[in-house]
Amino acid sequence: METQSTYNYKVVRQFSIMTVVWGIVGMLVGVIIAAQLVWPELNFGPWFHYGRLRPLHTNAVIFAFGGCALFATSYYVVQRTCNVRLLSDKLAAFTFWGWQAVIVLAAITLPLGLTAGKEYAELEWPIDLLITVVWVTYAIVFFGTIAVRKVKHIYVANWFYGAFILAVALLHVVNSLAIPVSMWKSYSVYAGAVDAMVQWWYGHNAVGFFLTAAFLGMMYYFVPKQAGRPVYSYRLSVVHFWALIFTYMWAGPHHLHYTALPDWTQSLGMAFSLILFAPSWGGMINGIMTLSGAWHKLRTDPVLKFLVVSLSFYGMSTFEGPMMSIKTVNALSHYTDWTVGHVHSGALGWVAFISIGSLYYLLPRLFGRDGMHSTKLIEAHFWLATVGVVLYIAALWISGVMQGLMWRALNADGTLTYAFVEAVKATYPYHFVRLLGGLLFLSGMLIMAYNTFRTVAAGRPVDAKIPAVVAHAH
Amino acid sequence: MSDFVSDFWSIYITVIVIVGIVGLTYLLFSQSKTTVQKGEEVKTMGHVWDDDLEEYNNPLPRWWMLMFYITLIFGAVYLVLYPGLGTWKGIRGWTSVGQYKEEKAQAEAKYQPLYDKFMKMDVKTVAADPEAQAMGKRLFQTYCVQCHGSDARGAKGFPNLTDNDWLYGGTPEIIKTTLDGGRHGQMPAFGAAFGEEKVKDVANYAMSLSGKKHDAERASRGKETFTAVCAACHGADGKGNQALGAPNLTDNIWLYGGTEKTIIETVTNGRNNQMPAWKDFLGDGKVHLLTSYVWGLSNKAKAE
Repeated sequence: METQSTYNYKVVRQFSIMTVVWGIVGMLVGVIIAAQLVWPELNFGPWFHYGRLRPLHTNAVIFAFGGCALFATSYYVVQRTCNVRLLSDKLAAFTFWGWQAVIVLAAITLPLGLTAGKEYAELEWPIDLLITVVWVTYAIVFFGTIAVRKVKHIYVANWFYGAFILAVALLHVVNSLAIPVSMWKSYSVYAGAVDAMVQWWYGHNAVGFFLTAAFLGMMYYFVPKQAGRPVYSYRLSVVHFWALIFTYMWAGPHHLHYTALPDWTQSLGMAFSLILFAPSWGGMINGIMTLSGAWHKLRTDPVLKFLVVSLSFYGMSTFEGPMMSIKTVNALSHYTDWTVGHVHSGALGWVAFISIGSLYYLLPRLFGRDGMHSTKLIEAHFWLATVGVVLYIAALWISGVMQGLMWRALNADGTLTYAFVEAVKATYPYHFVRLLGGLLFLSGMLIMAYNTFRTVAAGRPVDAKIPAVVAHAH
Repeated sequence: MSDFVSDFWSIYITVIVIVGIVGLTYLLFSQSKTTVQKGEEVKTMGHVWDDDLEEYNNPLPRWWMLMFYITLIFGAVYLVLYPGLGTWKGIRGWTSVGQYKEEKAQAEAKYQPLYDKFMKMDVKTVAADPEAQAMGKRLFQTYCVQCHGSDARGAKGFPNLTDNDWLYGGTPEIIKTTLDGGRHGQMPAFGAAFGEEKVKDVANYAMSLSGKKHDAERASRGKETFTAVCAACHGADGKGNQALGAPNLTDNIWLYGGTEKTIIETVTNGRNNQMPAWKDFLGDGKVHLLTSYVWGLSNKAKAE
């Protein structure tokens, strides 16, 4: 049969294109709320208010942009490394349309103020149910494809994608348990400190499994492919994979230092967050060292630049994270812009960069082209994005540390040196630079959209043939 | 109070944590023995995926292993010193509540003498002391500005503290009582009892008391209701009663606004307002300074 002899690229194409679209939408909303922080006059009416747009921004960039990138690459990688077509075209198509429906529902309900009030899990219960159905289908397609693979060994990228799919299912279901009182209102089944703990067990593992493990899966395929080099160390993959997925589960309480959370829970969160440092760096080492022998390619290949710089930001933010989880550091950094900067060095520098690099690798192959329409535009995108991230992070480092120091500064008589509003005022210039950084990053995405459009317009959708399995692959 | 409903959960946590840390250490140790001799060629694992994806099997970088071991040791030591393993309290006996109390005690020991110095002086003397006024202002800027504003002139529902008009009285003693215990100001709702017309009449009478432009016919009708009902708190002359916190209606100073619309709203629905109590939170020393600062705001001339 014709369909059996090719890979299913259709669903990969759909998710890839939507990654670019949702990336622009999500980052645009980010730029808008960054502007609202500089000019509060931009808060128009209830639907366009910061408090409602902010969750829209986070949901759009994490679950719409990041989610589509993960669906696209995991479906591509699992097929090509298992030498087999996806288990079911229909189920795969359902995950695409189902996920888009979730995103559209989020974009409608969040500005309307319909929210469960849990960070990164704001969507109300009917949408949560839809997410669950889509996610279980995703798991069936992904693990089903692995089950029918034609290659004996499971490639390392699939371990990470697999861990991500299982963990996110667990996290989403447990954290979203709620009692509905009406179509668009529900209450969490947890209360008080337990609710906070469950929320940040979820919240930090959304970072750990959605934004780290899954994108490491992406890294393990696209970095060696683009560099044309074998992965540095299988042994390192094994050690850091198991250490990472075990340890991440414990790190959540560092979001609740010096709160009503019991002391023992806070201590465990901090101890395991520090232990998480080396396992996180294992992935960076394996990625960067894979390039040894191919460093010269960096000069001419902007796609590889995206991938390598993403690993640098990954390394930086996974060093910063454990440091910020130390209680004494956290006492300064918590509730300040530093946290926001840290998240963005991960989200922009790591997640977006690795996704963008992977998409530039993927798009030509999905549309029967030798490369993207313009390499120069990729280069331009790379520099805009890099300068954007650096401006963004640097501005919020300064503003965050400044806030932390201003809030704790005391006069000789023990009173606070600064009223709260003085710290707010002092952050204005840095929030402006942050807006500038965001604008640069967004403009890079617009260039990518144009480049993608030209690439797609001049190409035609192709589904690669499944090659015969070579003997030594067994 | 224990954080655990039964010993089981304490043991459960402890076992998983110890098995976890030991397991991670073993995982790392078991993979750490391979090394590469100088000049030795590292081989791939021999698996190929997707045409050309291969894996070398380089040994774990030494510096990375060292880092990993250090964090594991740090974690283990930390959990011996601090609470973390279920009900284990940690050798250092540290608790977050204990740390809070200790820091608070340290701060009190350090700063209390500053406040004690002024406790011995009466409010009016303190109000004339520049150092005390600077301290009072800083306290005000931290604790009071949220409602009364950084210029102390208040906002709708929050009294202006600079105009020498007092709901409960402006002597140092009364200001201190207000700060210590807070105030709960209540005006009952008369909408149902009076009906719309009567409310409008009373509102116009209230406006006439402050010399505002009003409907004379309504005001004269309103006077009757005022004398029968409102005078109980606001006094027959409308000058209020500080013992009850009933505002003076004749001075054209309005807590919620003096337009006909707002007064009708006040009479119809009543008002309910609260000033928090500060004695337990701030302590006598700070309340004393704040009293003098607030008293000084309306009594600048007398203080100097």
